[in-house]
Amino acid sequence: MHLAYPAVLAVLLFCVGLYGVLARRNAILVLMSVELMLNAVNLNLVAFDVWLRDTLHAGQALTLFTITIAAAEIGIGLAIVLLVHRNRGTSDVDQLTDLADTGTEPGPVHFGGPGSASIAPGTDNPDETTADQALPARGQTA
Amino acid sequence: MNLAAAHPGFLSPTGVEVAFVLVGLATLGAALLTVTTRQLVHAALWLVVALGGLAVEYLLLTAEFIAWVQVLIYVGSVVVLLLFGLMLTKAPIGRSPDADSGNRWVALAVAVAAAGTLVWVVVDAFRTTWIDLGGPAQGSTEVTGAILFRHWVLPFEALSVLLLAALVGAIVLSKRTGRER
Repeated sequence: MHLAYPAVLAVLLFCVGLYGVLARRNAILVLMSVELMLNAVNLNLVAFDVWLRDTLHAGQALTLFTITIAAAEIGIGLAIVLLVHRNRGTSDVDQLTDLADTGTEPGPVHFGGPGSASIAPGTDNPDETTADQALPARGQTA
Repeated sequence: MNLAAAHPGFLSPTGVEVAFVLVGLATLGAALLTVTTRQLVHAALWLVVALGGLAVEYLLLTAEFIAWVQVLIYVGSVVVLLLFGLMLTKAPIGRSPDADSGNRWVALAVAVAAAGTLVWVVVDAFRTTWIDLGGPAQGSTEVTGAILFRHWVLPFEALSVLLLAALVGAIVLSKRTGRER
């Protein structure tokens, strides 16, 4: 088999995943795209391992390690997404802009001030009032 | 020139290559649907097709053990975890108009540029490279087990500790503490 086939397939899968990471808005869909990118790398590792006939089979061992690390990553990532969704009422990565540098507002963001409107949770969330009240309280104690 | 003349041509593909290209096209289509569909649950189900197709590609590359690990871990657990995540974050069933963010055209430009560059580089570099799939299987369970527990034992054990730490961390992160509610 030509090495070009698996290599090109891996490149295309990686770029599809890249598009998904950049274009998707839901954090879980971003995680799915990251999985696609990791799988593209795995395909490359296996193809090159089979081509080189490595006696240590480093490519296949690394593929197994990558699969394990991807499982750990998806566990931690989903826990973080669930935590964010519980606290903010949204898993929309476009709205999670606490650490963004907007360029218009110098200095730190003041909790409870006008800046806190941008991190208010979505309107369809029953926890909205509790989250809204929790944010200024957290700012005062900090 | 000698190298190019000596290697098998692209115009007379072997059976394995035909199967690889067909499964690869299905995998790529499923991956494209995963990142473009507006129905969030369908994205997870198309991801199953893409990952299963990759498992078949591993089988065609004679990496048998990795193919079954792929089916067990990715198709079996990661996708189920993603589906649970979609449910627990109250993802809408059916079409959601805001699945894509506003910068999708920039993302498309970046992805197409990266794909063009990388495909050009890879094809230019490996145009004449031939994988010899004959002989004993490179990735049978016996071979993989032997190398994993002969040469890679220490990374393997370190990785198990890492996985344990990550899963304990995930439990701690997602556990509700008593004072929150």
